Amino acid sequence: MEIEFCGIKMENPTMLAAGILGSTASSLNWAAKSGAGAVVTKSFGLNSNKGYSNPTTVEVTGGVINAIGLSNPGVENFEKELKKLDGTVPAVASIYGANPDEFSKIASQIQEDVDAVELNVSCPHAMSGCGAAIGQDPLLTSTIVSAVKESVNIPVFVKLTPNVTDIVEVALSAEDAGADALTLINSLGPGMRIDIKTGKPILSNRFGGMSGPAIKPVAVRCVYDVFDAVDIPLIGVGGIRNYEDVLEFIYAGANCVQIGTSIMYEGMEIFGKVVEGLDGFMKEMGYKKLEEMVGIAHKQ
Amino acid sequence: MHVPKTVKIKRVIKESPTVKTFIFDWEVKEEVPGNFMMVWNFNDEKPMSISLIDQVKNEIGISIRGVGEFTNQVHNLEEGDMLGLRGPYGRGFHIAGPKILAVGGGVGMAPIVAFTEEASKMGFSVDVVSAAGTANELLYGERIQNTGSKLLTCTDDGSHGFCGFGTELADIALSETKYDMVVACGPEVMMKKLHDTVEKLDIPAQFSLERYMKCGIGLCGQCCVDDMGWRVCVEGPVFWSDELKMISEFGKYKRDASGIKHSI
Repeated sequence: MEIEFCGIKMENPTMLAAGILGSTASSLNWAAKSGAGAVVTKSFGLNSNKGYSNPTTVEVTGGVINAIGLSNPGVENFEKELKKLDGTVPAVASIYGANPDEFSKIASQIQEDVDAVELNVSCPHAMSGCGAAIGQDPLLTSTIVSAVKESVNIPVFVKLTPNVTDIVEVALSAEDAGADALTLINSLGPGMRIDIKTGKPILSNRFGGMSGPAIKPVAVRCVYDVFDAVDIPLIGVGGIRNYEDVLEFIYAGANCVQIGTSIMYEGMEIFGKVVEGLDGFMKEMGYKKLEEMVGIAHKQ
Repeated sequence: MHVPKTVKIKRVIKESPTVKTFIFDWEVKEEVPGNFMMVWNFNDEKPMSISLIDQVKNEIGISIRGVGEFTNQVHNLEEGDMLGLRGPYGRGFHIAGPKILAVGGGVGMAPIVAFTEEASKMGFSVDVVSAAGTANELLYGERIQNTGSKLLTCTDDGSHGFCGFGTELADIALSETKYDMVVACGPEVMMKKLHDTVEKLDIPAQFSLERYMKCGIGLCGQCCVDDMGWRVCVEGPVFWSDELKMISEFGKYKRDASGIKHSI
């Protein structure tokens, strides 16, 4: 199950996805102990941010919609959490900002503390100028990626939003700017849910990104499309709940995957279960290395 | 599904100058003492312990202390007004005895009264230390006495019962009686002291913690405590004494909505 991704060795191809149980070293270490091959932090920015008021999460059929609002204690404080990571698995810092300067500043400050940085240019409910506002624009994405590449020595992953007409265009732009890998996808939509008795939108931000099993077909399709167009490796994420879901992403072209929302259904045990399932499948089908399965959907 | 259920307030009980209990029609299925509900007032949503579970009338109650914008807005609501409730959430108390000491400080008495009613129904003997600032802030006296439990009241100013802290009265009770179980809920400073005591006396004990929450369903990580990462909304809010030994932040700090630590 061991892989090497952008020069980073992982015991298995699963990562804890950004935004799920990744706000403190304690929970990141717990995910690591539970069998995640790597952990991605909750997105953090330059300054502290309380996020949106509650309700920030509500369940929908097949997943959840959330508008947490990128709450984080700011890079100064969060760096202290990074230094408390127990180091048993690689750690990826998910960062966000409103402009190239902010991204570079944050990335260069924490690059000694993590193995890679993942650029959140895709949160669909971020404040003005952040998140998907960047990722929906190939040119803006490009300037952010170039700026960060110039300021760090560690691999730079770029997490893309599916909420665009042509994700391939943005993917190519990020690749051209120097991205080492692409993470597909951030949450879908945004969506909303309205209370029947009162007519009120339930999320305090009214809209929130959709995640969970219902978005998996969209995520797999994005990985499939981008795999055809770029040469850099891909990380598949979106609704993974079991090892079969992981396989779909790998067949579509991902080298590794991230798991987040389904922890709600399966618990932290999901990482161990998924890895065990993959292991059994590979033995049964005669695969010696994960790489043998990457992109095989394209050969059909 | 984790969606707020919009329900009408059936009854409002003014428990004290600062605490009100809101009763709702509710099909009681899995609700146990120690659970909490995420309460939505259409402006914000916060976790509140369930203080009443009635499987016969199919009612639940949530007691709220008016301390800020959210709670004071709820206090202005009347019978017939709506609130959104989702839950029950969290790990509740494990009810075992035979002789239990239940300690509640301030509105921490909310899960304690629910516990006392359930435990006495199950045939356990419960002594209750109920602590408040002053006599008119003492909560649920009648409900506790109706269970046949021994009620030991405690006030800071001595206006009713023992004059002093709940932990001091609990110490006295622990020195006079051999308890098989201790449960507690109240200010964390109080629970920390009581935790030290029960550890020394080697009595099994459970404490109900409180932390700022966002999703309430174990996803966002807001309420994860150091150093184990346990979620107060899933692995808690009730923690055993020996689990608390591993919660290094217990009694020391908690995190705000941005994750910044603040001393308790």
